[in-house]
Amino acid sequence: MNVDVLYSYFPKYAEAFILTVKIGWLGIVLALVIGIFSAFVTHFKIPVLGKIAGAYVELFRNTPLLVQLFFIYFGLPKIGLSISAESCGILGLGLLGGSYMSEAIRSGLDAVSKLQTQTALALGMTRLQVFLFVIFPEAVTLSLPAIIANVIFLLKETSVFSAISLMDLMFTAKDLIGLYYDTTEALFLLVMFYIVMLLPVSILGSYAEKKYRYRMLGQ
Amino acid sequence: MGFEVLFKGSNFIRLFQGLSVALKISMISVVISIALGMVIGILMALDIPYLKSVFRIYLEIVRIMPQMVLLFIVYFGITRMLGISLSAEVSSIIVFSFWGTAEMSDLVRGALKSIPLVQYESSMALGLTTLQTYIYVIIPQIVRRMIPQSINLITRMIKTTSLIMMIGIVEVLKVGQQIIEANRKSSPNAAFGIFMTIMLLYFIACWPISRLSKYLEKKWET
Repeated sequence: MNVDVLYSYFPKYAEAFILTVKIGWLGIVLALVIGIFSAFVTHFKIPVLGKIAGAYVELFRNTPLLVQLFFIYFGLPKIGLSISAESCGILGLGLLGGSYMSEAIRSGLDAVSKLQTQTALALGMTRLQVFLFVIFPEAVTLSLPAIIANVIFLLKETSVFSAISLMDLMFTAKDLIGLYYDTTEALFLLVMFYIVMLLPVSILGSYAEKKYRYRMLGQ
Repeated sequence: MGFEVLFKGSNFIRLFQGLSVALKISMISVVISIALGMVIGILMALDIPYLKSVFRIYLEIVRIMPQMVLLFIVYFGITRMLGISLSAEVSSIIVFSFWGTAEMSDLVRGALKSIPLVQYESSMALGLTTLQTYIYVIIPQIVRRMIPQSINLITRMIKTTSLIMMIGIVEVLKVGQQIIEANRKSSPNAAFGIFMTIMLLYFIACWPISRLSKYLEKKWET
């Protein structure tokens, strides 16, 4: 391994890293928003929206991100909906993640016992208050391990963005290998940057899960 | 809308052939993953000191490394570092089996560990031999816990194999691109129709399997 090569590649990777992280986290925020909304409408069986959200979840959970990105980036402009590669990445990740988050949060909502709602209602809270202050916080806590697992999954999925010509880590590695043929160095930096990006989240995930297990034991 | 391209020549059949390449690679990887995963899962549940830390590191690598990166390491890196030239198909099978084995072994370990000690003790108290305990008490429960999740692994494997186009295997997405390129003049909107069709093809391949997994999970819930 040639250290000089590593030095000269570093700035390129740093730039790509920032872009990947930015798109990754914006996508995850979008995924959480979509997921919470979709879990809400499916859990409470809101007439039309519930069915639409259900179909959305099934469609996006059962197709690969790469295909979704191709459809959004190359397919949609043909019917007049054209967006930039960056927004496409965020949207694609948000839609894919939304379907996974929706399932995670919905199973959390299902797991909160009916007794809680009844008790809260008996205490004179309105339905909205019951949801906001009792059911929702509990559901999120219950689904936290699943949510963190999804965050890791989504951060990993950012690696396919190079397919829609976003200059992410994968793209940089491929580009440098193609240009200079220093495969070992290019791959080494790629792995290192992904470790920096994902190891903290993974450790946090294991920690949260442990905490969560203790909580479960305490009940 | 670009759907007419599908019915030109053998385009639709070509898309199916492309999908079958992806399905074939995922099926081979699933079979290898399940076989190896069982062995490693059992070894992990046995809590052998050093082996345990090795498996932990293995699981952590798979947990945080995107499959795309692994694919690049095996396809470009191994060739360069060790001088072995692997075909794209073999590299992808290696990577997906590496990933699937980790997932599967974690499932096996989880299922084995989830059986409380009391059950072994009760079986012994009832006069069952060790073999009988496993056959009539432990294994039926483990199977019920594992089968839905293993089936789920198949759908995830199918979805992940869409990545193989990035190392140059001609599968359904690549065929789609070729069709779009070839018909650029005659049907400029082909991208919409083709990619929507591919999305539906993947959906048709994965949806029944994930429904089955969900159904079994509900049915066998304890």
